[in-house]
Amino acid sequence: MRDVSLHILDIVENSLRAGASLIQIDIAADIPHDTLTVTIGDNGSGMSEEMLERVRSPFTTTRTTRKVGLGIPLFAAGCENTGGHLEIESTLGQGTKLTAVYSFGHIDRPPLGNIAESIASLVLANPQVDFVYTARKDETFEFDTRMIKATLDGVAITEPSVMAFIREYLEEGTMQVFGGQDI
Amino acid sequence: MKTLKELEEIRNKTLSQIDIRKKGEGIRIVVGMATCGIAAGARPVLTALVEEVAKRNLSDVTVSQTGCIGACRLEPMVEVYTPGKDKVTYVKVNPSMVSRIVAEHIVNGNPVTEYTIGYSEENKNS
Repeated sequence: MRDVSLHILDIVENSLRAGASLIQIDIAADIPHDTLTVTIGDNGSGMSEEMLERVRSPFTTTRTTRKVGLGIPLFAAGCENTGGHLEIESTLGQGTKLTAVYSFGHIDRPPLGNIAESIASLVLANPQVDFVYTARKDETFEFDTRMIKATLDGVAITEPSVMAFIREYLEEGTMQVFGGQDI
Repeated sequence: MKTLKELEEIRNKTLSQIDIRKKGEGIRIVVGMATCGIAAGARPVLTALVEEVAKRNLSDVTVSQTGCIGACRLEPMVEVYTPGKDKVTYVKVNPSMVSRIVAEHIVNGNPVTEYTIGYSEENKNS
């Protein structure tokens, strides 16, 4: 995975598989504390304590076709390479929250990447799921598909003209907060 | 800065066009987007597909994503489901291949043979 936005796209797949109807993605750059924190929370099926203990291993997966799953181990390794860490909290039946912390200024921290494209891809491919995306640095930008759907009032969020709007809206908002993909 | 006011205008414009379109069972294009697909570059492929479908105004075509299709070394993979026909699987897809897939296969109904998994596997040693 070349950047943070690709990890997000990957990890959210777990939330979708867990049957989540609401997924919250929060990216916060805290320069004074030298952290870049990515939080992904969902209201999916959650995990048992036993699963939670095993989930960081590459040899854990819910797939039945194969015995490896690399999403979480890759994300965790990327954080740890910068002196950061990755935590997962989960309650069976209530949902899961993953927190990934990078040292912001560490030379091995991957760039943020095209987060707008990641979020737009998720919205497009999962129109029945709601997403809240928050970008925070000195300013805050929030995108909430529940508000978008309320405004659309019956028009599908996957309509090409709507998706074009969403992509630009996400790009502008992310740009305003972080100043670009390369932070 | 874009505002939700603009979205409302888009909505009203879209709504007036929607009724004209034919409804029915359409072609489904699915992109494999598990860890393997994403790492191999599936996201720009998905974006390119959506843009190409939007550009040609193919209203009965849907683009969506799925998990691991099961042949990670051939990612990014794209599957095309046409009602009444066999599924076609494209392998090692990149955004520059998308316009040809959409033009020849989705619009004209002729799968692009040299991009398919069958062709790739038969010719992999040549």
